[in-house]
Amino acid sequence: MTDLSVDLGFLKLKNPVIAASGTFGYGLELAPHIDLRQLGGIVTKGLYFNPRSGNLPPRLAEASAGLINAIGLPGIGVERFSEEILPQLKGYDTAIIVNVCGESDDEYISVVDFLNQKEGISAYELNISCPNVKKGGLCPALDPQATFSVVSSVKKKSSLPIITKLSPNVTNIEEIALSAQDAGSDGISLVNTFLALAVDVDTRKPKLANLFGGLSGPAIKPLALRMVYQVASRVKIPVIGLGGISSGQDALEFLIAGAKAVEVGTANLVDPEATLKVIQELQEYCQKKGIAKIEKIVGTLKC
Amino acid sequence: MLPKDGLSGIFVREISQDMIKDSQALITEKESWKEYYLLSLKSPGIAQQAKPGQFIMVRIDPQPYPLLRRPFSIHSKDEENIEIFFQKTGSGTALLAQKEINDSLDILGPLGKGYKVDPGFKGKTVIMVGGGRGIAPLYFLAQELATLGAEVKIFYGAKSLSDLCLKDKFERNDFKLFYSTEDGSLGFKGLVSDFLAEKLPSLAPEFMYSCGPEAMMEKIAQIAMEKEIPAEFSLESIMGCGFGICWSCVRRIRQEGQETWLKICEEGPVFSKEQIIW
Repeated sequence: MTDLSVDLGFLKLKNPVIAASGTFGYGLELAPHIDLRQLGGIVTKGLYFNPRSGNLPPRLAEASAGLINAIGLPGIGVERFSEEILPQLKGYDTAIIVNVCGESDDEYISVVDFLNQKEGISAYELNISCPNVKKGGLCPALDPQATFSVVSSVKKKSSLPIITKLSPNVTNIEEIALSAQDAGSDGISLVNTFLALAVDVDTRKPKLANLFGGLSGPAIKPLALRMVYQVASRVKIPVIGLGGISSGQDALEFLIAGAKAVEVGTANLVDPEATLKVIQELQEYCQKKGIAKIEKIVGTLKC
Repeated sequence: MLPKDGLSGIFVREISQDMIKDSQALITEKESWKEYYLLSLKSPGIAQQAKPGQFIMVRIDPQPYPLLRRPFSIHSKDEENIEIFFQKTGSGTALLAQKEINDSLDILGPLGKGYKVDPGFKGKTVIMVGGGRGIAPLYFLAQELATLGAEVKIFYGAKSLSDLCLKDKFERNDFKLFYSTEDGSLGFKGLVSDFLAEKLPSLAPEFMYSCGPEAMMEKIAQIAMEKEIPAEFSLESIMGCGFGICWSCVRRIRQEGQETWLKICEEGPVFSKEQIIW
């Protein structure tokens, strides 16, 4: 058996496969169907401080080998999460990473403040792609200064490691990643979805009520891989790669490009067992190739 | 942003134990009429659990084209097989229509909450109204209710006689059938909802069920409201996953006197006339 465990420095995972935010609920929903203990980790659905109902439907459109969503981060808020979800979730031996959202730097801080005292969370993933209401709707992830501001303020208050999740909708992804690192982020995850549009030719209306949505799925994998390589080559903190991963081979591509772990997202919607399949295929590949420890493969792209 | 009052609708539930992933559901029979198709899928686990009004999510191809599964209501079942009835409307159903006997499909199900099947309907009249491909789940429901001893009366409406492709299949059962076509090629000429309104006084149903185009169901809901007949409707939606994880198929629904946003896949697809906001 290959040793699939990976050490992010701030967090040890039993394997590099993590369920991505927004595609795995709060984790518990899938418990009757998946042995959650087999996962490297679970990133919860994005949590704002208060409950939210999300965007108007239609919220989803299909694209070639992908999907465009504008779900709008509906969720139960930190209180219900702490009371209804976390006590049960922490019973599973897997890393629980809470995806933290905010409409302002203050809201991110209030979420982290609230959750700091709760048991069972391994790390926070900062979703800095949420529109910042106070700054005219700008997502911190689109701007190096705004990224620095939110990451450093949250880092000061957080009792747990922070993974900053980057948006790919920028000209220079390395600059944003370095900002997050300078602000004290313990790790980086990328990429979030690509801003996209779907048009209904009959009605000449956008297919989503929100006009734009985020493209995910196999369609974005080569773009995500490129960005993961760029970031992993520049930053010193560990990188978690995501974007269109649905097989062991996809995951290996990200690991070779420099990611220490990966997140599986959209694939969970098509196959609720997708994460387990990726883990199994990683194990099979490593055994076949005689790789004793999967960490040895990280960042081995021969250029 | 949705209105804030919709928050009570955000449920977090464990996905039903009943859901089975069958990645080798063999196509054992196939029939087609114009752009309509009927596939029989051998999937004993799903067949055993399935209830009328529930649906399955079909992965049309292992390659990511199309990426997402498509929802299909369960048209009928026996011990080992389930049937789906669909119309070729887009690229996904066009690919599905090309599948042949002995091909296998990856399916997930049964999903959702189905129609009310009440043993108390024995000896009572129940009415079903199906429009076009919306007739699909009503066959399974009609069979279950007929087995319970209900008097099943089915209004089957479509554009034209050639769209009433399940006519012969329904007629092989002991159901009373009422046909309507918009062009008058069979039965009542006009909308099935108008035909229902005309016939209703003489039928005195205990319960009504419907599935079909939204505009048709809305009219039937109005009739059911006026006549104070309990009624259930199966709603359609674009679905990302079908099992409650992606939150894409939400709809405004009345629940315990409050309006809220519910996932059609998990809390539906069947809702009562009082619940649906048209």
